[in-house]
Amino acid sequence: MHRRDLMTGGFALASLPAIAQPTAPVRGGTARIVVEEPPILTSAFITTMNIGMVSSKILEGLVSYDLELKPVPALAESWETSADGLRTTFRLRQNAKWHDGQPFTSADVRFTLLEVWKKLHPFGRAVFANVTEVETPDPHTVTVVLSAPALYLFNYINTYGAQILPRHIYEGTDILKNPANSAPIGTGPFRFKEWTRGSHLILERNPDYWQAGKPYLDGIIFRFIPDAVARSVALEAGEIDVTIGSQIPVTSLRRFSDASKYTINTDDGRFLASIFLAQINVRRPHLGDRRVRQALSHAIDRAALVRLVWQGYGKPATGPIPSSVAQYYHRGNPQGFDPRRAEQLLDEAGLRRGADGKRFRINLVSGSGNSLESNRAGEFIKQSFARIGVDLELIIEDSAAYLRRVYTDGDYDIMTSSLHKLPDPTLGVQRLYWTQNIIRGAPWTNGSGYSNPELDRIMEQAASEGDLARRRALVNRWQEIVQEDAPILDLVELTWTTVSTARFRKERPQGDGMFAGLEDAWLVPAR
Amino acid sequence: MKRRGLRPFVLRRLWQVVPVLFGIAALNFLILQLAPGDVVDVLAGEAGAATPEYMAQLRAAFGLDRPLPVQFLHYLGNLATLDLGFSFRLNMPVLGLIMTRLPATLLLMTSALAIAVVAGSLLGVLAATRVGSWADTALSWFVLLTYAVPTFWLGLMAIVLFSAGLGWLPSGGMYTVGAGHGALAMIGDVALHLILPAVTLSTFYMAVYARLVRSSMLELYGADFIRTARAKGAGEWRITLVHAFRNALLPMVTMLAYQSASLLSGAVLVETVFSWPGLGRLAYEAIRTRDLNLLLGILFFSSVVVVLVNLLVDLLYVLIDPRVDPAGRRA
Repeated sequence: MHRRDLMTGGFALASLPAIAQPTAPVRGGTARIVVEEPPILTSAFITTMNIGMVSSKILEGLVSYDLELKPVPALAESWETSADGLRTTFRLRQNAKWHDGQPFTSADVRFTLLEVWKKLHPFGRAVFANVTEVETPDPHTVTVVLSAPALYLFNYINTYGAQILPRHIYEGTDILKNPANSAPIGTGPFRFKEWTRGSHLILERNPDYWQAGKPYLDGIIFRFIPDAVARSVALEAGEIDVTIGSQIPVTSLRRFSDASKYTINTDDGRFLASIFLAQINVRRPHLGDRRVRQALSHAIDRAALVRLVWQGYGKPATGPIPSSVAQYYHRGNPQGFDPRRAEQLLDEAGLRRGADGKRFRINLVSGSGNSLESNRAGEFIKQSFARIGVDLELIIEDSAAYLRRVYTDGDYDIMTSSLHKLPDPTLGVQRLYWTQNIIRGAPWTNGSGYSNPELDRIMEQAASEGDLARRRALVNRWQEIVQEDAPILDLVELTWTTVSTARFRKERPQGDGMFAGLEDAWLVPAR
Repeated sequence: MKRRGLRPFVLRRLWQVVPVLFGIAALNFLILQLAPGDVVDVLAGEAGAATPEYMAQLRAAFGLDRPLPVQFLHYLGNLATLDLGFSFRLNMPVLGLIMTRLPATLLLMTSALAIAVVAGSLLGVLAATRVGSWADTALSWFVLLTYAVPTFWLGLMAIVLFSAGLGWLPSGGMYTVGAGHGALAMIGDVALHLILPAVTLSTFYMAVYARLVRSSMLELYGADFIRTARAKGAGEWRITLVHAFRNALLPMVTMLAYQSASLLSGAVLVETVFSWPGLGRLAYEAIRTRDLNLLLGILFFSSVVVVLVNLLVDLLYVLIDPRVDPAGRRA
């Protein structure tokens, strides 16, 4: 049964699966799942979500995460950290094998950590920066030796963040170009069988999976349906069973509200901790003034935004860390909806209304590759700003043009995006505020140009703080500072939906369910 | 006598194709340079993060750091040896990617064209023979509607009606994945999946052809040779089909050649709506991700298809109309 009560205050719009009669898992059947077509099938060095949604069935990580984002064993059976926080030892599964029959050992973990995650993974470079050595005393023990404590390490070692690759396939090759990237050999519950580009991808049961009796499903067929309406119809017509990663637009979710027929899971993407936000280019006229940024924040009614644009699937954001990351979330002092305060702040900043009622004109860029909701949110923001006399020009461009404009040319006032804050602020949040991360040309860095030496120091301290209580205090202070300075307006805590037929069941709810191996999933036989 | 000039004609036309294709390729390359951002921006964006050093390294590896004229010459050189290059994002040779998608698009395109030609002529002839009647008016309305309605919308409505509502036809894809059909069942399965996208794609062209056939038929009914045929006692059906329709075919065939190009681009929307694994969808993705090698490859292939279709149509003229002289001499 799915434990909805664990949801930390999210909008409980989601329906329970039909649990009229409790059913035991049934073996057999093929689940037909819709995802956006991934370019390759290996997540070990790239964070593209749709790659993770497919590759997680084939390749595994050391842990996965429960609904509270606490690590639970996957390829690592257990782990312990030394008192000084500098040595972490993982005990590995003894009976795990690669799909080609080779045994899975500590050498695979050591190789992937040092050669793939630490060198090639966009976040891994930061996560494993403090790793000085990886010891492998025996084939099933790995000890990671650190130069400074790294609590965040435990928040990014699932199959999405740190996927383990077979050393015997990758060692001595050009890892980024290895053909196995598109036809992976893993330890997971399903084996890669066939990929017809543009159409579908077939996985079949791994009969030698290390969890005895699993997977329940005979196989998985991933289908790629580019049109949102066609996806909804295919699910209604019973041509597919599951859609992962908010593939059904929120405006269509009502059609799947009958819990006896469909299940809408809103917990599968908690791990990503995604927030829809508006980043302000502080190098632009007026926007360098903190009062102006606060005013813009006060102009937006986040609750109405969630209700109108996201149809209630989401939650108003209060700061840089979403409330689902319970370990570090701190409400602080959010710059919430208060249009009068906004007008007052703008007056104080000397930006009075002109004869036409307008104060100044700025632009907002968003990517057409972003969600439908994010483009509608742009219209919502335009109206909100109009009420305080700020004229907003909306610019929508495809992702290449948008990334170039924001991160290389810096030719924008405000940009909107949905960014993953991840379960640890050092990994997902620091990058957006850290002075050292103002890097021209590189996407998803500190593109606002905001720089605060005091905050830099706090973030750097938090990264290497080994004591949880002290680290929390630092992260709390961090949240208060960026609420006050408002270089980024955090607007909506996003909900990732998995919409499926009610016949689709999964034993263990996961906070990283989008990247679940699905060894515990089954299909209730159709009557 | 009419076949005598055919061989040199074809050869001459094939020769003309070479500079045309070269011109198209050059234009494609230069226009695509105008798009802001490159494949490395997209790759880094998709990756979630990247260092500028790594991005510079990628640009060097892809040859994007070289001056434009050098890149252009390199591209032309590859093209001359029919080397279409490598898609860095999809980690596959461009030719392989195109070859897996081309059959699906050709199948969709030819089916749609066939439906459009047959149904368009039929409707046009029917309307012309009953000009002014209620049937003519109804057909005119129908044709106007299919002409005006956006193809993708029509496709979506067809899915909603025939797949979700009635459950008669599959909503998308090219065949039932994992059904394990035999060869014969497979053909039936593909045909079933083909109906909705092919009919949807054909509607616009069907409307154009129906109007074209109707108006040329009406024009021809007043022509001297038709009056002569009537005077000689030919039956009304013989007059319609042999005398009028054969002549009315010429403008339609001209249109067909002209539209084969737009049919390819129209396929993008239909392929998207029906998740048809064709070239159009691949081209769209290539644009979105600035996968220049792939996009240039697809555009090159498409232009080859269009040029060949035009050549075929020129030959078709010779078959339909004996008055056409392929050698271009005046009669």
